[in-house]
Amino acid sequence: MTTSLNARFFSVALRLATLGMLAGVQANAVELRLATTTSTEASGLLGAILPRFEKTTGIKVRVISVGTGQALKLGERGDVDVVMVHSRPDEDKFMAQGYGSVRRDVMYNDFIIVGPASDAADIKGLNDVSTALQRIARKQTRFVSRGDDSGTHKKELALWRAAGIAPKGNWYVQAGQGMGEVLAMAGNMRAYTLSDRGTFLAYRGRVGLEVIVSQVPGLFNPYGIMPVNPAKHPHVRHDAALKFTDWIVSPAGQNAIRSLKVDGQSLFTPGVPPTD
Amino acid sequence: MELSSAIAESFRLLFSFDAQLWTIIGVSLKVSLAALLFATPFAVALGFFLATVPFRGRRACVIVLQSFLSFPTVVVGLVLYVLLARSGPFGAWELLYTQEAMIIGQAIIAFPVLAAFTLTAVQGADRIVRETALSLGATKLRAALTTLFEVRFAVMAGLFNGFGRVISEVGCAMMVGGNIAGLTRSIPTAISLETAKGEFAQGIALGMVLIVLALGINAALNYFQGEGGMK
Repeated sequence: MTTSLNARFFSVALRLATLGMLAGVQANAVELRLATTTSTEASGLLGAILPRFEKTTGIKVRVISVGTGQALKLGERGDVDVVMVHSRPDEDKFMAQGYGSVRRDVMYNDFIIVGPASDAADIKGLNDVSTALQRIARKQTRFVSRGDDSGTHKKELALWRAAGIAPKGNWYVQAGQGMGEVLAMAGNMRAYTLSDRGTFLAYRGRVGLEVIVSQVPGLFNPYGIMPVNPAKHPHVRHDAALKFTDWIVSPAGQNAIRSLKVDGQSLFTPGVPPTD
Repeated sequence: MELSSAIAESFRLLFSFDAQLWTIIGVSLKVSLAALLFATPFAVALGFFLATVPFRGRRACVIVLQSFLSFPTVVVGLVLYVLLARSGPFGAWELLYTQEAMIIGQAIIAFPVLAAFTLTAVQGADRIVRETALSLGATKLRAALTTLFEVRFAVMAGLFNGFGRVISEVGCAMMVGGNIAGLTRSIPTAISLETAKGEFAQGIALGMVLIVLALGINAALNYFQGEGGMK
């Protein structure tokens, strides 16, 4: 009886102490540095969900939005506390090298092949990405590649590999720029390109391109989140990073993600994509 | 740590005659030199005109010219982009994302530098040179060339400056060139790309290549200036 009462007292005291610490944290306004890809920032996702997290926890999130490659590099160097990117092989490497403490699936959106309405390669509505890419290569219709080592670029290279093609030649334009610039370039050149849906929705009105191939296996784009491992960089704010990670995969975070819509379409779907 | 590996990497790149790197260097040199070649005659003529011919509103012209020295290069890029884009007035020329578009942009960027330097140089020149030439029966053009020859070192300084501005320019080159591999990728746009990729060492290596290149070009120009430059 006494032991149980003691235990009870102890647990209540512990909870009070935790609450006190939380309050202290709130008073000091902890700052969390998040490195993420331009797609999450440019699509308006972070602007929509971060205020909710900041309100419940009192943790301020500072966003550094760069390419996947640079985001992971910032994590490796301990310049940020948590990274959220979309390139699974690189994420696995980041974890294997011990730079991340844990990896969680956050959400996914999908890639689309966009191009001019004239559809010179005659691929509109195909339900197989490899066939579409093979036709583009055979007819040598222009295709603009990001060429910047971004998550989207890596995805595109993987799709070419899967189609058994090593793209090369004047028709294959390696831009080395961000998604918005590449969409503008493809529009001006009347070329095809691979885009994430969110960025394309934001640019659709201006670039004169349309969706040519979408919603087929191989085009889903999962995002993962990884707090930077304090064993590698003791100065990182690992507690805050874990709190953010737990929140974004919790029902509250996942609902916040689902609620972001453009033209009635959800930009990101919470959870893991259907197996493709 | 990163800096030392970058230095090693820049030497490895330069001396292994990395084909990609030399293509980038080639694009940078071709675009910068062509732009200067293009802009210099007009800019020098304008600078000389503003320095020697009095007219109403000359002061305003000089102020505008000098303000253009601080004009952001991305704005030059943006205006050029809007003009050359498919939906723009010159879209049919299909110049966007070509080296020609980059050359036009860099020529516009170099122009005020060259003109302003010429203006200051001619203003500071001894008026007697021109007046003597004219009184000795030289044509106006001949007298102008004599004056310009007298102040050639100051005009050359403008050329160095203009070269420095265009070889290191990234905003306009990125917008109208598009940073396309093997076609419009210059050293500064390549550095910007390597940074975005997180390849910092590679980016710094390219930066050092740029410095070596600038050193080489300036040394060569200085050599042609001869002793006069050192007086």
